[in-house]
Amino acid sequence: MITAERKPFEEILELLEGKEKVLVAGCETCVAVCLTGGEKEAEILAAELSIKAKEDGRTLDVDHISAIRQCEWEYLDAIAEKVEQYPVVISMACGIGIQSMAERFPEKLVLPAVNTNMLGMPQEHAVWIERCGACGDCVLGVTGGICPIVRCSKSLLNGPCGGSHDGLCEVTGPNKEEIPCAWQLIHDKLIAQGRQDLLMKVTPPKDWSKSNSGGPRTMVKEEAKPV
Amino acid sequence: MADETTTAAAPEAVESPESANEEPQKPIDPDFEPEIIVFGCHYCAYAAADLAGSMRLQYPTNIRMIKLPCTGKLEIIHLLKALEAGADGVYAAGCLEGECHYLKGNLWARKRVEYTKKLLEEMGMEPERVEMFNMSSADGPLFAQRANEFTERIKRLGPSPVKQAKKAPAAKEGTPA
Repeated sequence: MITAERKPFEEILELLEGKEKVLVAGCETCVAVCLTGGEKEAEILAAELSIKAKEDGRTLDVDHISAIRQCEWEYLDAIAEKVEQYPVVISMACGIGIQSMAERFPEKLVLPAVNTNMLGMPQEHAVWIERCGACGDCVLGVTGGICPIVRCSKSLLNGPCGGSHDGLCEVTGPNKEEIPCAWQLIHDKLIAQGRQDLLMKVTPPKDWSKSNSGGPRTMVKEEAKPV
Repeated sequence: MADETTTAAAPEAVESPESANEEPQKPIDPDFEPEIIVFGCHYCAYAAADLAGSMRLQYPTNIRMIKLPCTGKLEIIHLLKALEAGADGVYAAGCLEGECHYLKGNLWARKRVEYTKKLLEEMGMEPERVEMFNMSSADGPLFAQRANEFTERIKRLGPSPVKQAKKAPAAKEGTPA
């Protein structure tokens, strides 16, 4: 799923400086599952903003709402009546949802309350780890189902490199956590599957134009287009 | 060197170091009667409050108790809404750790209270305005003691900034008439 983290409260306050009527808009899909921007979290942020305004002696008309999916026109239509009442919307959806909101309601000031960070999976309750780089050219078929693009610190297609020691990468994560060497994992998996011959094949450079380095991507499914 | 009396008193007087720190900061307003919301677990705190009543123990009338089936039902938003509505302090009273009727509800409540403290800090409000206490249903005296301690704590902190802001416009409305 798409994961996001809430921006620091101070940053949110800066974004909302001088605003008197604000709607906090949550999204019930990915950001709700990663406990960042669902209805519950939208209500909490609205309460925080309201308390802060009262403390500061400011008037702030703040309420919250949540769309089933902020990234789809239909679900934005479903909350349009409420959104129309507020000049400022602070969205807790992922970057896609925030942009959809801004596009659907062009006259509104739409602001982000979260930082969208990755395509991750819940490793355990309340812990998410990155699993996909959305590179547009999946190699999982030859890497034992382990993605070298996001799980190898160097995104190597032919690994491991010299920085792999005892199954760990020489690089540590942003929170100083140890990163398992993706290529060690790939080796172990392919050997266990009896597919070690794949390790001897040299994978040529990837076509990165299918990733976001080729400009914004568009996907069209002709067969599904309305007739 | 800690002599025997201090060591013995330590577990009971959890609040005393803090009170020593807080007191010099601002004088206590004798007219301030805090409004305190208590989210009490049906299996312990609520029964303990009953027991305190049966034992004719005195505790402040400042507390208003809301019964929950378990403090695990307590959400962050409940604590925030109470403060937003003007409560001066809010606390949850759940079972002793390890004795929750639903196994871990009180541990979840503690985490949520701790998280709410962080939110209050972000908002510039004293995190001490929310708290989590544990007690058993046989702890009538402890229920009264916690109610006393917390009321004292909130009296030291003074009225909630939210409430003060709320009162200000009301006073303005009253004067012209």
